[in-house]
Amino acid sequence: MQLSTRHLLGIKNLTKEDISLILSTAEQFKEVLQRPVKKVPSLRDVTIVNLFYENSTRTRFSFELAEKRLSADTINFAASSSSAAKGETLLDTVNNILSMKVDMVVMRHSASGAPHFLSQHIPAAIVNAGDGINEHPTQALLDAFSIKEKTGGLEGRKVAIIGDIMHSRVAQSNIYLLNKMGAKVTVCGPPTLIPKYIREALGVEVSYNLRETLEWCDVANVLRIQLERQNQVLFSSLREYSIAYGINRQLLDSLNKEIVIMHPGPINRGVELDSDVADSKQSIILQQVENGVAVRMAVLYLLANRNN
Amino acid sequence: MAVIITSEQLAANIAVLATALSQRHPDFADVVFVGIQQGGAVLGEQLVAELQRMHPGRTIPYGQLDITFYRDDIRKNIIPPDKMNIHFGVENKTVILIDDVLFTGRTIKAALDVLFDYGRPAKVELCVLVDRKEHRQFPIQADYVGTTVVTERSDKVKLVNREFVLIPG
Repeated sequence: MQLSTRHLLGIKNLTKEDISLILSTAEQFKEVLQRPVKKVPSLRDVTIVNLFYENSTRTRFSFELAEKRLSADTINFAASSSSAAKGETLLDTVNNILSMKVDMVVMRHSASGAPHFLSQHIPAAIVNAGDGINEHPTQALLDAFSIKEKTGGLEGRKVAIIGDIMHSRVAQSNIYLLNKMGAKVTVCGPPTLIPKYIREALGVEVSYNLRETLEWCDVANVLRIQLERQNQVLFSSLREYSIAYGINRQLLDSLNKEIVIMHPGPINRGVELDSDVADSKQSIILQQVENGVAVRMAVLYLLANRNN
Repeated sequence: MAVIITSEQLAANIAVLATALSQRHPDFADVVFVGIQQGGAVLGEQLVAELQRMHPGRTIPYGQLDITFYRDDIRKNIIPPDKMNIHFGVENKTVILIDDVLFTGRTIKAALDVLFDYGRPAKVELCVLVDRKEHRQFPIQADYVGTTVVTERSDKVKLVNREFVLIPG
């Protein structure tokens, strides 16, 4: 069984079988990460460049660790400390790197579609590590892995995605994935942060009421307010946002069931999540980070076919 | 396709191997059993069940090992991994590796690589049901052999429904 694609550009173009294959392979890599020697020799002859045109802590570390655990050679590129700052184009930069015999490119870029553009011009396999407001496929895969691990499956699971849906690539990738795997999705947030036709376009339910959404869901995936992507005032203040859409202990305790809390990080504590929620037993935020390495190992492993 | 070991012969082979193992390890002190996915894991289970029948009340640790991530031809054809389940320590233990068919020796080489990522065993022994001796590509021999068969290099020998069959290449 193989993936139907030679790049991971987004969840949108994956099949249900692709997603299942990645998740089941990740389970085996999670086992590798529990061993005394947390490393396998699978990608010993593969060189991977991590091309980060946008800031990242978790995703970059997670990919780098995944690559090292697979025995790949890695090089890291950060736009701020490279010739990109001197005006080199994306394609020039990548072609220069590829002439040093690099097999795979893991890429984050603030422009939506940047990895899709690259995939049409270079022979290397490309993994999208987040492109603008489009997709963040490995985040959606690790979220799905974590939901499956915690609740036993995805089919029929009720997942709420809460917060800044408009600017969130995490939300978009999660919606594609959860829909394909048969979960039910409701997005919740202030009307200004939810795209107007999202119900028709992506087949999700929309709610502007946090309490009702939490009462409905099994899992709440809480997103960060992406101030860096907002060029207009979409809500009056963070404080007001927090009052209407922030999740605190009191609210969680008043629900008639125990729901699972997720967050892709970085958390704005006191805005979308209070500390006593983020650090509680209900939260699987740190498990998400741990699972991220196993899921990224699975993606890189499955895309590293020499015949590609 | 020809049956080379019937299910009755297989059962007899397993009994012989279990006896040989019991003779070499009378009290099974510090001995653990590991079957290689997939055929070796199936046979390993039967072998351990036989040992358990011969020595009731004794705990015989048994796990399964998958070599997918350690294959030397991995990137020619990416294959999804099988389950690993080594729920005991192998450090300073005698590990009995179990496989269905010993052919080129590459699987065993990879299995040894996997095993050493779990710790440093005192000793590793190899137990196989079928030995295709003349096709070895590595200096690897089994300590316990059920049946030795003569085959062509291109033939395939497989465990199908409790029988070993030979598929001519």
